Amino acid sequence: MEFIDAVLHYGFLQKALLTSVMVGIICGVIGCFIILRGMSLMGDAISHAVLPGVAISYMFGINFFFGAVLSGILTAVGIGFVSQNSRIKHDTSIGIMFTSAFAAGIIVITMLKSSTDLYHILFGNVLAVRASDMWITLGISLVVLIAVYLFYKELLVTSFDETMGAAYGLPVRLIHYFLMMLLTLVTVASLQTVGIVLVVAMLITPAATAYLLTERLWVMIFLAAGLGSVAAIVGLYFSFTYNLASGATIVMAATALFVLAFLFSPKHGLLWKTLKTRRKRASLT
Amino acid sequence: MHHKAISIQNLHVSYYGDEAVRDVSLAVEPGNLVGIIGPNGAGKSTFLKAMLGLIPRDKGDVEILGKPVKEVRKQIAYVPQRNDIDWDFPITVRDAVLLGTYPRLKLFRRPGKKERQWAMECLRRVGMEEFSHRQIGELSGGQQQRVFLARALAQQAEVFFLDEPFVGVDVSSEETIVKILKELCWQGKTVIVVHHDLSKANDYFHQLILLNKELIGFGAVSDVFQTDIIAKAYQGQFAFMKEMGV
Repeated sequence: MEFIDAVLHYGFLQKALLTSVMVGIICGVIGCFIILRGMSLMGDAISHAVLPGVAISYMFGINFFFGAVLSGILTAVGIGFVSQNSRIKHDTSIGIMFTSAFAAGIIVITMLKSSTDLYHILFGNVLAVRASDMWITLGISLVVLIAVYLFYKELLVTSFDETMGAAYGLPVRLIHYFLMMLLTLVTVASLQTVGIVLVVAMLITPAATAYLLTERLWVMIFLAAGLGSVAAIVGLYFSFTYNLASGATIVMAATALFVLAFLFSPKHGLLWKTLKTRRKRASLT
Repeated sequence: MHHKAISIQNLHVSYYGDEAVRDVSLAVEPGNLVGIIGPNGAGKSTFLKAMLGLIPRDKGDVEILGKPVKEVRKQIAYVPQRNDIDWDFPITVRDAVLLGTYPRLKLFRRPGKKERQWAMECLRRVGMEEFSHRQIGELSGGQQQRVFLARALAQQAEVFFLDEPFVGVDVSSEETIVKILKELCWQGKTVIVVHHDLSKANDYFHQLILLNKELIGFGAVSDVFQTDIIAKAYQGQFAFMKEMGV
């Protein structure tokens, strides 16, 4: 109750709440495609890879949005190039490229002698969200949601059966990089809320929870968006009430929802599976 | 004007210089059911993917319906190997078949009532309409293959390519699939099937492409299905030959 009261009274908390809910929604939506394409590690990689872009943008005093998108896309291209042109497997290539991008980012930031900024970028500081950050997040959210709506067909086909898509003439490579670009945008939007280190949790956990609850992609997308925003609200509540890092509390809330689905999902939950097995075995004796 | 369904000239494909398909030339007339057979590692799937323009070729031309593949993609339906598919994907049987209508839908257009009815009709043809609301992973291997055939039917294509459609498929599904493929050919469509098993080749296909990196034989089944030609393709793998009884 105190929390609701505070939300009604404090502008910074309203901004924090709106921003984290938007982040919860778009992370959930993009996360569905990321996990269905088996690209969870790629999600982790791209989120870390925006760091040098953010740092260099700071250095030149431009909006970190541009630098982040550029370094995210460059890393995605680099990962593809290394794994396609050597015997290095895809996950290994991801490991090499994103850690080096991340390391480069840390070096640039230390050169700028701004360790507080580094801390905030890495772990998020949602209570310090400025109005301009909120508008950037809103803009990114609209772009991401409209893009997914318009290209739903193409994203569905290439996630489910890429070869079929290529066979009827879809530019599958382009669609892959387009998704990587959306992923970078989502990461940038999440910087303030959960921070680079934990973005991947917001991408994967709500989507994975939804995956356990439905057999239809569009339902999964809506569920993931809903679960992401619930996690954002619950997390923010704990962050505010107990003065804890917002990124960490939001991620823990998402994890709690996942555990519930893992145990109690009507079709894939551990509980029902165990009960069904027991009942079957009992019927045989 | 009369066009060959498929015409291939001097096709070469390699993986970083390792030859997978060597100098294949052939032409298939429309209305044929053609089997691509050959031992494991003979480059059958590679050959199929090269025909479809899915992997780069080193040399050679492929024309489908008298045109480069790029221009006739919407006339082609491709059914992948079953183990290329993620069967846990959150998609129902009907929605999987509905994907077959996508190539003809314009950008930003969603499948509507007409497309959904057509998808159901294609499901009916393969005898799977009562499973339309199941998730695809809940089906048996044969049922899954029939669903993917329904998806290909939904594409209303002229040329069909199937990669190993009979692997892990029960007898009655196999019969259904073969029956539908034969029907397609009567309607003047062309069907190309990668098939690893020699035993049924005789009953199923009109023509055979016998492949072991290079083209060993091509023509009517009765012409290609000769002991000496098969032996050349399966060098030394005589267990196969006893099985098929040549």
